[in-house]
Amino acid sequence: MSLAARPAGTRRGPRRQRRLRRGLATAGLLALPVVFLGWFFAWPVTAIVWEGLAPAGELELGVLSRAVTDPAVRSVAWFTLWQAVLSTILTLLVALPGAYTLSRQRFRGRGFLQAAVTVPFVLPTVVVGSAFLALLGPRSPVNAALVGLLGDAAPTLDLRRTVTAILLAHVFFNYAVVVRTVGGLWSMLDPRLEDAARVLGASRWRAFREVTWPLLTPAIAASAAIVFLFTFTSFGVVLILGGPGRATIEVEIHRATTQLLDLPLASTLALLQLVAVLASLAVYGRLTRRAQVQQRLVASDTTRRRPHGRAERALLTTNLVVIIALVLSPLAVLVERSLITAEGYGLDNWRRLLTDDAATVLAVPAADAVRNSLLFGVSATLVALVVGTLAASAAALERGRLTGLVDRALMVPLGTSAVTVGFGFLIALDRPLDLRGSPLLVPLAQALIATPFVVRTLLPVLRSIDGRLREAAAVLGARPVRVWREVDLPIVGRALLVAAGFSFAIAVGEFGATVFVARANLPTMPVAIFRLLGRPGVANFGQAMAMSTLLAAITAAALLAIDRLRVGQIGRF
Amino acid sequence: MTARPTPGRGHPTSAPHRRRPGWLTAGLCALALTLAACGDDGVEPDEETEPTNEEEPEEAPDAEEEPEEADEDAAAHDPAGSTVTLLTHDSFDISEEVLDAFTDETGVEVEVVPLGDAGTALNQTILTRDAPQGDLLFGVDNSFLSRALDEELFVPHDSPTLEEVDERFLLDPQGGALPVTYGDVCLNYDVAWFEEEGLEVPSDLTDLTDPAYEGLLAVTNPATSSPGLSFLLATVDRFGEDGYLDFWTDLADNDVVVTDGWSEAYYDEFSGTGGGDRPLVVSYASSPPAEVLFADPQPDDAPTGVIEASCFRQIEFVGILDGAENEAGARLLVDFMLGQAFQEDLPLTMFVFPVNTEAALPEVFEEHAVIPDEPLEIDPAEIGENREAWIEAWTSTVLR
Amino acid sequence: MLALHDVTLAYDDHVVVERLDLVAADREVLCVLGPSGCGKSTLLRAVAGLEPLRSGTIHLDGRDLSGLRPDQRQVGLMFQEHALFPHRSVADNVGFGPRVHGLDAEVVRERVSSALELVGLAGTEHRRVDQLSGGERQRVALARAVAPRPRLLMLDEPLGSLDRALQTRLLQELPEGFAELGTTVVYVTHDQDEALALADRVAVMRAGRIEQQGPPDRLWRAPRTRFVAGFLGLDQQLPVEVMGDTVHTPLGQLPRAEVRRAEAGAAAGDVADSGSPAATYAVLLPESIRLLAPAETARNNELVVTGTVRRRRFRGDHQQVSVELDDHTSSGETVTLNALALRDAGGPGTAVRLAIDPRGVHLLQPDERE
Repeated sequence: MSLAARPAGTRRGPRRQRRLRRGLATAGLLALPVVFLGWFFAWPVTAIVWEGLAPAGELELGVLSRAVTDPAVRSVAWFTLWQAVLSTILTLLVALPGAYTLSRQRFRGRGFLQAAVTVPFVLPTVVVGSAFLALLGPRSPVNAALVGLLGDAAPTLDLRRTVTAILLAHVFFNYAVVVRTVGGLWSMLDPRLEDAARVLGASRWRAFREVTWPLLTPAIAASAAIVFLFTFTSFGVVLILGGPGRATIEVEIHRATTQLLDLPLASTLALLQLVAVLASLAVYGRLTRRAQVQQRLVASDTTRRRPHGRAERALLTTNLVVIIALVLSPLAVLVERSLITAEGYGLDNWRRLLTDDAATVLAVPAADAVRNSLLFGVSATLVALVVGTLAASAAALERGRLTGLVDRALMVPLGTSAVTVGFGFLIALDRPLDLRGSPLLVPLAQALIATPFVVRTLLPVLRSIDGRLREAAAVLGARPVRVWREVDLPIVGRALLVAAGFSFAIAVGEFGATVFVARANLPTMPVAIFRLLGRPGVANFGQAMAMSTLLAAITAAALLAIDRLRVGQIGRF
Repeated sequence: MTARPTPGRGHPTSAPHRRRPGWLTAGLCALALTLAACGDDGVEPDEETEPTNEEEPEEAPDAEEEPEEADEDAAAHDPAGSTVTLLTHDSFDISEEVLDAFTDETGVEVEVVPLGDAGTALNQTILTRDAPQGDLLFGVDNSFLSRALDEELFVPHDSPTLEEVDERFLLDPQGGALPVTYGDVCLNYDVAWFEEEGLEVPSDLTDLTDPAYEGLLAVTNPATSSPGLSFLLATVDRFGEDGYLDFWTDLADNDVVVTDGWSEAYYDEFSGTGGGDRPLVVSYASSPPAEVLFADPQPDDAPTGVIEASCFRQIEFVGILDGAENEAGARLLVDFMLGQAFQEDLPLTMFVFPVNTEAALPEVFEEHAVIPDEPLEIDPAEIGENREAWIEAWTSTVLR
Repeated sequence: MLALHDVTLAYDDHVVVERLDLVAADREVLCVLGPSGCGKSTLLRAVAGLEPLRSGTIHLDGRDLSGLRPDQRQVGLMFQEHALFPHRSVADNVGFGPRVHGLDAEVVRERVSSALELVGLAGTEHRRVDQLSGGERQRVALARAVAPRPRLLMLDEPLGSLDRALQTRLLQELPEGFAELGTTVVYVTHDQDEALALADRVAVMRAGRIEQQGPPDRLWRAPRTRFVAGFLGLDQQLPVEVMGDTVHTPLGQLPRAEVRRAEAGAAAGDVADSGSPAATYAVLLPESIRLLAPAETARNNELVVTGTVRRRRFRGDHQQVSVELDDHTSSGETVTLNALALRDAGGPGTAVRLAIDPRGVHLLQPDERE
C-alpha cells in the first residue's frame, strides 16, 4: 500500500509573544484564587499556628519537640494515617464499581440513586453517625436476621466503637466523592476506545485495565486524594463511631484548642497534619502529571447502556445491593426515626417541626432554616465555581510549576482542621475589615471546602479537551474568551454542573465553618438540627430527625435537578 | 495580586502576641501562597496599644484615644439606640419576648452570637481578647471559671440585682463573673426499666460498681463533653483525689460505656428515650421535666428519674468583656439577665434553674424536677488547677 | 465469507436493523451505503460482537459468531473518528492487538512495523497519537485494525473526518491496500463517491434494511427506487405514467420499449406489465440529457425540449448547464434540468434546446415506503 506520509507541517508562529501572552493570561486567571486562598485560608491558619508556636513572640522549638516526641501524639498520628489509607482503599474498592454502574449503565431509578448516594456526604456527621450506629448495634436488622436464621444461638454482631465501624462509615460518607468525580469522567469517556480494545482481542478485564483505567487515572487519583484528606482529618465519625478511645490528629487538635486551650500542642498537631497533607498532595500531583492525556470526550447520555450479558447484570445487582445496604439504609433509619411518636408511627414530629413557633432565640422555624441554607448554599456554590473555574482554567492552560502549586494549594483546606481555620478566622480576620461576624464569611468558608471539588472535577475534563480544537477556533479568529465560551464551555458544562452539585451539597450540609462564623439570627438547617439534638425530650429528637430528613430530601432534589439539566451537547463539534 | 490589606484603623493589638520574625511569616505565607495576606508583618508590632477603659485605666498604659473610640465612649453614656453583642455557647436560648422587653425598656438591641460549645466559646473569647467580637460572654461554668478569671477577661460589675441572687453562687471575689443559672449534672434512670427488672435504683455512686448494675451505665467523655466533666468532678468530690480512679477502674470493669457527646449517650445509649439499651445515663436534673414537657400527650409522671447522690452543681456565669465597645449596654443587659423576667424564662428554654431567689419555677419543674439539697461541688480554683490532670488520668484509666 | 441471515438489531425497544440478509464474499470489498442513522454502524458493531442480536445469525467463514465475545471473533473494526488510545504511542496502538493475542514481543514489533509500512507510516512508532495529523491518525487506525490479521476488516466511515483533498487521495490508494491485505472488507459510508470508488459491491441501506445491492455500475445504471437513485446522486427524477407502449412524462412521451426499467426483483417492479396505467417515477441519468447545438437535429426517438440557461458551472473539460424548461406541463410547474455540455452553451438567459435520450431514462419502482 502506498499511502505516502505527508511531510509534517511546520508551523512556527511568534512563539515568544504567544508564551508571554499565555503567561499573562495565567497570572490573570490565578489572581483571584490566590487572593481568596491567601486571605481566607493561608493568613488565618498562619496566624493561629504562629500564636501557638510562639506564645511569647519568639518561636519556641521546645514546643515542637515536646509534642513530636510524645508517644501519645505518635500513636494518634499513626492511627490517623493507617485508618485514612485503609479507608481510602476500601472506599475506592467499593465505590469504583458503583461509579461504573451509575455512570455507564442505564436502568430505572439511576438518576435518583445518583442523587441519593450524595446525601450522606451532605448530612451532618452527628445525625447520620447516629443512624449508622443503629445499624451496627445489637438491635440492628442484621442481628435480627441472624436470630431469625439461627435462633437464640445466633452470635450478636456489635460493631459500635470499633475501627470497622469507622472504616464502614468512611466508605459510606465518601462513596459519593468517588462516584461523582470518577463517574463524571467515566460517563464521558469514548466507549469506542474500550470497544476497539475488545475487537482487537482484549478480554473485558484487559480492556478495562489497559484502556479505561489509565484514562480514568486522573479522576481516580483526584478522588483518592480527596477521600484521603477527608478521612485523614476525620472528626465526627471517629468521635461517634470510634468511641472515645480513638482519636485522629483532627480530634486532638479540636480537644487541645477548644477544651484545653493548649495552643502550642494544637499548633504542632496542625503543622504535623499540614506536612502529611502536603506530602500526600505531592504524591497525588506526581500521579496525575504522569497520567494526564488529552482525549476526546463524548456526551454522557450517549455512553449509558442498558446492561446486557450475565456479567453486566451481576455487576448492576451487586452495586444496587451495596448502595442499598451501605448508603440508603442509614437514610431509611433517619426517615423511620422521624416518624416515631409516642404511639407508633405518625407525622407528629413533622407537624411540630413545621408549625411549632416557640419564639425563642434558639428555636428555628423550619422555613427560615431552609431559606438560610439555600441562600448560603447558592452563594458558596457561586464563589466556589468562580474561584475553581479560574484556577482550573489556569492549570489547564499552563502546566507550569505555579499553576500546579495553586492547584494543590487549593486542596490543602480539605486537609486542614476546621477548628484551626475557624480559630484562625477569629484572630486574623478582624483587619482590614472585621469579617468575623459577617454573614459573608459563611459562604466564603464553605467555598474554601467546595473549591477543590470544582477544580478536581473540571481539571481532568479541561485537560482532556483536544488542544487542537482550541487552536482551530483561535485560527478562525475567535479571541481567547470566545474560544473558551464556544469550545470549552459546552464540553465543560456537564462537569461544571457536577461541580456545582457537589459544591451546593457541601455548602448546604456544612457545619464546621458555620459554627465559627454564623450569627444566631441566620441559622442553617444543620445548625437547627444541632440545636434540636442538644436538648432533652424525645420530641426534640424526633424533630431533629425530621429536619435531617428534610435536609436529605432538599439536597437530593437539588442534585437531581442539577443532574437532569443539560448544557449543550457535549462531544459534538 | 499584591493588594495589601491596610493595617485598618489601628486596631489595638498587644505586641507580644503578634510579633513574628519575617522569615517565618514569609515561609509560612509562601507555603500556602498567601500573597495577599503577608502585607502587615513587621509593621504592626509597633502599634502597642491597648483599648482604653474607663474602669481600669491602669490596664492600658499606652492609651491612645482615637476618634472612633471617643464616639463609642459617647455612646457609652447613653446606650439607648445601640446594640449589645452577647457572646455565648450554642445551647443559649431565651424567649424572644423576653429580649424584646429588654429592648423596649432600655432601647438597646441584643445580638446573640453563639460560638460553639461552652469551652470553645470561652477559648475563642480569650484568643480574641485584643479585638473582642462582643461585649459580654455568657456561659462560662464553674468548671472553667478559673480559666476566665486567670485571663482577667471580665471587668467588675456591681449589679443592683445581685441582692436577689443566692449568695452561694457568687464565686468570683472580683465581681466580674456573675452567676445567671445553675443546674445539676446527675445520673438519670429509666423508671420503667427498673420497675420491670425489679432492680433497685442505685442510691449512691458506689452501687454502680456492683455486678448487679453491670453494663447499665452510659457516661460521656470529660475531655469532650461538659456533663462528662461534671460527672468526673462529682466522682472526684465523692471519692477524693485518691479514690476516684479506683472507682473508675471498677466502673470500667463493670462495663461502663463512654460516648463523646451528650446527645449520643442520651439518645443512642439510654433506654429511657427509646434509642438505646442502658437504663442509666449522665444527664441533667432538668431532663425529667423536659421529657414530660416535650412528650405528646404529656404523661403524669416523668419516664425518667434523677439519682440525687450523683449530682454535681453547674453554675453558669456572665461577664462584661474587658474592651467591650458597648460597655454601658452590656451593664444594662447583665442587670436584666439577673432580673426576674429573664430568670423565670430560663427553665423552659435552657432547662436550668434561676439563681434569682425571687424567680418562680414553672409548674412542670415544680412537679418533676429535683433540686438536690447538697450537691457535690468543688471550688473553681481547685478545678482550674487540676482539671487537665484529672482528665488525663481519667483518660488513661478508662480509655487506654 | 461473511454471511448475515435474518438479522434484527434493536436498542431497547427501538428496532435499528430489521431482518437483514447480507453476504460478503471472500476478498470482496462490500460497501454499505446509507444516510446516518440507517443502522449501518450498528450492523458493524453487531458483527464485531459489540451489539447483541435480537434475532438471526452471523457466520464468518462458516463459523457461527453468535456465541462468541468480541475478542474471540477475529474481526477488525476501524471506528468512526478512529478511537485511537490517546494514552499510548503509535507502536502501542498498533501493537495492541498482536500483544493481547499473546504474541512474543519480537513478533509484535514485526507486526507493528509491517502494518505501519503498509499504511505508509514506517518509522513513526514512538510518536504520541495526539501529535498526529488527521490523515496520520486515520492510517494508524487502519494499521491497528489490520495488525492482528483479522479474517474480516470492517471500516466505519473511515474518511469521514478528513478534508476533501486527503479523502480523494486516500480513495485512490485504499483499493490497492485492500487488495494487498487480501481479506474481506466491509466498508460503511454515507458518501456515494466513496462507495462507488471503492466497492466491488454496494449495498444501499435505508432505515434498517437493504434497499438494493449490486456492483457500483449496475446500481448506477439501474437504481431500483427513488431513494437509491437519490442517494447515488441521481436527483433528476420525473413523475411518469406508463400506459401501454408509452411512457408519459411531464416533458412529453417516450416509447416504452426504449426506456429502461429496474431489474426484475420485486413483483411490483414491472409497473407496465399490469396493463393498466401505472404511476411511478423515472430517473434521468446525466448522460441522457444532451445540449443541442443551434442547428443540430435530434436523433430518432429523442425527446426535444426547449428552455433557458439559468446557470452554468465549469467542470474543467465540460460544463454543467442548468436549464429552466419552457412550460411543457399542464400543472404550470417549472422544471429545471442539468445537462452536460462539451462546448460553450452560452451564458444565463440563452435559449437552448435539450435532447433526452430514452435509453438514459430509467423507470423506478413505486416506493412502498412513501
